[in-house]
Amino acid sequence: MRIGVPREIRQGERRVAATPDTVKRLIKLGFEVAVEAGAGEAAALSDSLYTQAGAQIVEGPDAVWSGTDVVLKVNPPVPQTDGGHEVDRLGQGQLLACLFMPGQNEEVLARAAERGATIVAMDQVPRISRAQKMDVLSSMANIAGYRAVLEAAWHYGGFFGGQMTAAGRTRPAQVLVIGAGVAGLAAIAAARGLGAEVRAFDVRLAAADQCQSLGASFLELDLPIAEGEGSGGYAKVVSDEFLASEHRLFAAQAPDVDIIITTALIPGRRAPLLITDAMIRTMAPGSVIVDLAAEQGGNCEGTVAGEATDVHGVTLLGYTDMTSRLATHASQFFANNLVNMLSHMGGAGEWAVDFDDEVVRKSTVCHEGQVTWPPPPDPKPVAPPAALQESDPVEVVPAREPIELGAHVVKLLGVLGLVAIGTWAPSDFVQHFTVFVLACFVGWQVIWSVKPALHTPLMSVTNAISGIIIVGGMLQAASGTLSVAAIIGAVAILVASINIFGGFLVTQRMLQMFRRREG
Amino acid sequence: MDSSLLSVAYLAAAILFIQSLGGLSNQETARRGNWFGIVGMALAIGATAAHPRVEALTLVIGAVVVGGAIGAVMAARVAMTAMPQLVAILHSFVGLAAVLVGISTFMAPGEALEGSAHVVHQVEIWLGVAIGSITFTGSVVAWAKLRGSLSGTPLLLPARHLLNLVVTTTALGLVVPFLHAEPELGLTLLLAMTVLTGLLGIHLVAAIGGADMPVVVSLLNSYSGWAAAAAGFMLSNDLLIVTGALVGSSGAILSYIMCEAMNRSIWNVVFGGFGTDSGKVSKGGGDVQGDVTSADVDEVSELVAHAKSIIVVPGYGMAVARAQHLVHEFANSLQGRGVTVRYAIHPVAGRLPGHMNVLLAEAGVPYDVVMEMEEINDDFPDTDLVLVIGANDIVNPGAQTDESSPIFGMPVLEAWKSGTVVVFKRSMGSGYAGVQNPLFFHDNTRMFFGDAKDSMQGLVARL
Repeated sequence: MRIGVPREIRQGERRVAATPDTVKRLIKLGFEVAVEAGAGEAAALSDSLYTQAGAQIVEGPDAVWSGTDVVLKVNPPVPQTDGGHEVDRLGQGQLLACLFMPGQNEEVLARAAERGATIVAMDQVPRISRAQKMDVLSSMANIAGYRAVLEAAWHYGGFFGGQMTAAGRTRPAQVLVIGAGVAGLAAIAAARGLGAEVRAFDVRLAAADQCQSLGASFLELDLPIAEGEGSGGYAKVVSDEFLASEHRLFAAQAPDVDIIITTALIPGRRAPLLITDAMIRTMAPGSVIVDLAAEQGGNCEGTVAGEATDVHGVTLLGYTDMTSRLATHASQFFANNLVNMLSHMGGAGEWAVDFDDEVVRKSTVCHEGQVTWPPPPDPKPVAPPAALQESDPVEVVPAREPIELGAHVVKLLGVLGLVAIGTWAPSDFVQHFTVFVLACFVGWQVIWSVKPALHTPLMSVTNAISGIIIVGGMLQAASGTLSVAAIIGAVAILVASINIFGGFLVTQRMLQMFRRREG
Repeated sequence: MDSSLLSVAYLAAAILFIQSLGGLSNQETARRGNWFGIVGMALAIGATAAHPRVEALTLVIGAVVVGGAIGAVMAARVAMTAMPQLVAILHSFVGLAAVLVGISTFMAPGEALEGSAHVVHQVEIWLGVAIGSITFTGSVVAWAKLRGSLSGTPLLLPARHLLNLVVTTTALGLVVPFLHAEPELGLTLLLAMTVLTGLLGIHLVAAIGGADMPVVVSLLNSYSGWAAAAAGFMLSNDLLIVTGALVGSSGAILSYIMCEAMNRSIWNVVFGGFGTDSGKVSKGGGDVQGDVTSADVDEVSELVAHAKSIIVVPGYGMAVARAQHLVHEFANSLQGRGVTVRYAIHPVAGRLPGHMNVLLAEAGVPYDVVMEMEEINDDFPDTDLVLVIGANDIVNPGAQTDESSPIFGMPVLEAWKSGTVVVFKRSMGSGYAGVQNPLFFHDNTRMFFGDAKDSMQGLVARL
């Protein structure tokens, strides 16, 4: 099967859907790869690197779209400068894997379906753990969060880390990160890395630990939170009372912070408005707000998607191309996600668009002439029957008493046994018994001090010394007469000496091997 | 030799044996310990040769020479991977010797005994032969299973517990007529009992799965000690009693340690645990699902190149693939570049307690970089890369988190807390416990499929 990787034509896009490394992986999966000339240039990946990796470089979009079975792209199909549209390049049965955002591209989706193409929308990959390696939203959010901090630092007129120099001292920048998803956590880590003091907020209380583990303090609302966690790792829409409390929190924080990074998204809806114009007014001039939700309407009043604007002396960044601004690594992650998807679909060898597979089903938005988006809803998880919950505590009751009783019984039997031996057994036996019990105790003490590393030599040495039974054989065999008993005794000597010689020699051999590090 | 002098010689031998075991408390004194054992044994045999009952030594010397030669050849030839088999077969010899000595003692008693002394003596013979016989046949079966001549799957006869109970009570019950039987009837009874307990030994060990053989070998080690001690009682020989007790305790402690490391009781091992109720086993941890991320040799060598501290977690799979020498070579060249490489050994890694340490030592790995589980478990979070080679259950995080897992509660090496884990594995098969391993599905885990030796060879070539 042949894969085509076109040059991205969307304005400002610097990423590319395959890197020389992923080309190698694709070839290993059995694909042939054709890359459009100059596709990786903006991401600092030259054509010659692709050639070295085994890709074929082809000139112009026609050569890369036609005659390939699979097209890998970053962006959804967009209008071309010549008046045409990328979607019209798709052929019958051809597969396109890219970010698609079917909710915003329904018209393009319908056209693709009409043409009989299959589209795998990488943004629709379900957020379940086994699909994580194909999850472009996570891998891109990570980059966006990191880049957001760098953009903020670039526009901010101060140090992030506090300084203590002969020329004066500055306090560390105060950074507020709203929304502790993948992007938010990446932003926290990057800001901490530059030395800033970071506080973070998320409606999901579960995020608190993650924020704190990265060195941020976690802000809490002035009301008990019992809501906020939605499905698939996103926050869900919350109540009015909750919003009012959130509003009070941000209003109190705004005058106190130098940088705000907002990352709050709710799937399928406009991003929630969190920072109002009034809050921006209270911020110190020169502060910076990075609104990572700009493309979905923005978390901040006055955000202009794709632009940097000045609002009451505060720089408000609404860049929507954060990942493109880190094009090399963004391409690498994106391309790896794509390879993982193709490998998940069977590679060239066992290629199949398998609708029984949850990941494939959910991310395929059109197939064989049909629009297959949105996918059918998941079956609701079945609530556990009440009876089960009631019976649960029963299992918790430990069954300790019989065990203790058993131990007492053993002790009692031991005492009775000793009394019985003392009463009836001949004194000779009692003497031997004394030796036996004491030897058991000595053995118990000595063996516990043996290093676990030497347990195998311990076993072989005990093999050897239990050959002491040879003494018994000797007493029987050496009577001078060649009786049956003597012959049996001789056989006992023979096997016991195998033990003695074998055990000691093999122990010696093993112990010779144990060496300290030289020097 | 006068009998007091003989006793003193035996006392000295017993002390030397204790010293010998005590010497194994660390690697520096271990070799000296072995010499103590050898001297003690020489002293004991020498003193016995001077015993008034010993009149002609021809037969004794002949037997020692033949046996000694066989033992020496076995010790020199055995591969370190085959140590478990050797240990098992040596147990069987102790058992066999105990049986032979018991029968021989019955046939040619030293002095006539009266009353309760006679009864006690008869019981001693009976027990000595019984324990010896179980040890003998049980060890032979264990040996065959370890060698692979017998399949590792447990043999589960219907009503096997009842069968064991019946055989045991019959064997014990036969002692009553034996106590005052005429020599000929007595011998018949004794032999019948030997056969019965021998069958019991076969059946007990045959019912235990291959994965539990390390515990069984430790347990048989203990039995071989008790058999020697019982022989000591019947011969009224304190040296035998002391040595038997030492060996018996040693085996008991090893069995206890192994069971502890698998979070199972000895009853559970002996009377059926894993592999006996397969439906239950496959259920536990069955909900683990997801995709694994595999990596090829280039990606793994990339990971290795960026790691400053590495921990190798070897399992028996490494020994089977004979990869330990390559692992050592690999670690050596990394150490040359200032990378810290250490080994983490789980108590049940390998086929015998401490087996992994011997295999690594054979490959030339210095023992001070080979760590026990308790020593190294806290270091995983500060480690960049963990290489899990041929191990599975001992790095299963489900043992700590998944209460439905059959291995829940078993102490494990917390490999998943490190930066990245690379698992060298042939395929996605589950471990001995038949439990799926959630570690394989972690984000920071890379599966490096293939034969451990080939994989290692690839890595060494890229260094």
